[in-house]
This record gives sequence, structure tokens and C-alpha cells, in this order.
Amino acid sequence: MIPSSFDYHRPATLGDVATILRDHGDTARVMAGGHSLIPLMKLRMTAIDHLIDLQDIAELRGVTLEGDAIVLGAMTTQHDLIENALLRQHMPILREAALQIADPQVRYMGTVGGNVANGDPGNDMPGLMQCLDASFRLVGPDGARDVPARAYYLSAYETTRADDEVLAQIRIPTLAAGTGYAYEKQKRKIGDYATAAAAVLLRREGGVCTSASIAMTNLGDTPRFAADAATALTGTPLDEAALCAAVDAMQTVIDPNRDNRGPIDFKRHVAGTILRRAIARAASRAA
Amino acid sequence: MTKLHVKMTVNGKPVEALAEPRQLLIHFLREDLRLTGAHIGCETSHCGACTVDLDGKSVKACTIFVGQAQGSDITTIEGIANADGTMHVLQEMFREHHGLQCGYCTPGMITRAHRLLQENPSPTEAEVRMGIAGNLCRCTGYQNIVKSIMAAASHLNAAREAAE
Repeated sequence: MIPSSFDYHRPATLGDVATILRDHGDTARVMAGGHSLIPLMKLRMTAIDHLIDLQDIAELRGVTLEGDAIVLGAMTTQHDLIENALLRQHMPILREAALQIADPQVRYMGTVGGNVANGDPGNDMPGLMQCLDASFRLVGPDGARDVPARAYYLSAYETTRADDEVLAQIRIPTLAAGTGYAYEKQKRKIGDYATAAAAVLLRREGGVCTSASIAMTNLGDTPRFAADAATALTGTPLDEAALCAAVDAMQTVIDPNRDNRGPIDFKRHVAGTILRRAIARAASRAA
Repeated sequence: MTKLHVKMTVNGKPVEALAEPRQLLIHFLREDLRLTGAHIGCETSHCGACTVDLDGKSVKACTIFVGQAQGSDITTIEGIANADGTMHVLQEMFREHHGLQCGYCTPGMITRAHRLLQENPSPTEAEVRMGIAGNLCRCTGYQNIVKSIMAAASHLNAAREAAE
């Protein structure tokens, strides 16, 4: 499978990217690891005249702790998320999720920026970033702006990012000590998108859940932040009644389609099971 | 479209060529360099038959444009054997433990296992299975591939200890 022809650009700075995007408008596209875009190009589902490879841009690299935020450069790979010592210490849910994405070869190339930016509802990081209340720093011709992950996704492949903006950083608030976490994903086989996946954070004091955050993946045309499901857990001992209430609330925000991963009823069933497992694992980790 | 003047190191040797930007790394390796060890299987980044080592990462060469590999250091299955031409211990163990039947996935399996054992010299069986999760084999059921990689790890570790 051979894509249509294009010119290849490999700029060294975001300023150079902006120049190429300005000169070529929507005939140009930026590419991170390429493991979403290149398959589409090979299938000729998209044609690009000017491909801008971001791999040389130092500003898009690095994982740092800045005050009360973890800052991920957009070109941080899934492999980096798994291996990075700072993240293992401060944000282990990223490692847990990244290990469930694709396979080793794809994780060496696939980036967290590409995963969140392109708006594919099958991707795992967007829902996780909504759960974590991350924000995305978009750099465009008029400077930078931060967009909350919970406000970034409009519909499948449609986001609030403008064509001349590049997602440069992901900023994630650090978690309070003792926060329980889990990323739980049901998939048919290695490398598959989720049939259903759930990201859960929660805190407990004296056996009572004091706060929670929940988001669901691949159960709608965007990730689904389930605020009411989290509220249903808060103030409870996470007993059966609370779990039922959380699952019921979650069911009101998801909107799965029938596809080769199963009919709608099945996906709703899996979503409930996955959410229960995620809550249980997060609770077991909450101090 | 402007052709690229690509330069990279492949199996220890510097390589230079003009290439169309849309050329995939696997086609560059197989058709321009005539290194046909890495195979084209699914062409959709699932099967791993095209796996090569690029700057210390196992990658699927069917999903990388040649320009992305500009300046990189690449090892293919042709570069795995020992300098004196004898087989690498991974290759020996695949033979000894019947780690292949038709052989189509084998270059990708061995190239991937080669990187895996550098990152994790003493993997558990579960870690080997997760480590080769991006390489499909439709013959063996994986059992003998896992056995081969575990045996190679033991040999390499024994040789390392003996050298110390």
C-alpha cells in the first residue's frame, strides 16, 4: 500500500512549523509518531501534500514536574510513559494505561500528543486525561493557550484545536497523596481498541470515599467524562448501592455504537463491568 | 515532489540514496538495499514481520516513512549474526527449540527478541509473551518461540557471567 506523493518537512522549531503551516494551509499536516496517520495515508483515506515530521523539535520533548503539575512534551512516546521514573513515582496510572495500548513496537513510536490530539474516539489517553483533569497547551500563530481535556473533544476527529495550532504540552495536576487509581480496559486482542475502558481516581478517609473522578473510553464519538458517576461514589463506603448508582449514572453519558466489537447492549454491559473493576482496583490502592 | 537525500547506517554500514518521501522504510530496505530479510506481512502495523531495530527501538518498518529514519542507526535480521558469520545465540536457539515452522515471522521475531533481551536480560515467560505481543505467528502457537527466547536469555546470561 503506497500513499499518494507528498513533500516531507522536518523542522527544528515550532516557529518553523508555524511557517510551513502558514505557507501551505490545510494541505499540510503535522505528524508525531505517525502510527495513526500513516495507516490512513496508506489506505488513501487521507492525502497530504506537505507532511511535517515533529521528531526534531526539542520543545516537544521531556517529562517534568513543574510545581503542582506533571508536564508531558507532546512527543513523549507510550514507551517513555512506561519507563519514565518520575511518572512511575508521581503518575503511575499513565504507565498502567500505556501498557494496554497497542504493542511494544507501536509504543516506541506512538506519542501521547498524537494520541490525545487527533480526536480518535478509540484512543485511550483522551478519556484518561479527562479523568485526570489535564489541559492541553496549543501553540499557534497568536501564541499559546491551554484547553482543558474535558472541553477539547467535539466529535470524532473534531476538536477545538485550530488547523494552525500544534499541541505542544499536556499538563496534569499532581495527585494528592493516597489517591487510588485504575485504568481498566476490555479489548478483544492485543493491539485492539477498547470494547470499553474506564479511568478512575478516588480518595478515601476512614472507609468513606471523599472524592472521585471517572471517564469512559470508546463508548461514544468522544471520551465521556462521567461527573455524576463520580458524585454517586462520594460520601459512600463504596458499597453495592454506590456502585450500582455510579454505573447507572455512567450509562446516561455513554452512547456506544454497534460495530465489530459487539451490539449496543453488550457494550453497555461491558462498560458497567469495567467500571466496577476499575473502582475496585482504585479503592484497593487508596490509602 | 522533491526527492529526499537519505543517509543512515544499516547493519553497521553507511548508506546514502535518493528516495521518494512516500517510500516506506520496509520498501527502502527490501527494494533499494536488497535486504529482504525483514518481511512484509499485513502492511497494517499489526503482524510485526517487518520489525527492524531503529536507534535502539523495535519498529514496524511498514509504518515509517524513509525520511523519518534519516540519520538513524538500523539493524535488520541480516545484521544479527555474529561478526564471524556464525549464528547469534537467538538464531541458534530458534533452530534448537523449533521456534519456527514456515519462517515468515522469524526475522521480525528474532529482531524483536534481540531488543527485548537488551532491555530485559532475564525476562519471565510472561514478560517474553508481552514483549513479543506485536509479532504474530500463525504456525507455532508461540510456545516454542517463547522457549527459544528464554533459552537464549539463559545462554547470554551464562556467557556474561563467565566473562566477568
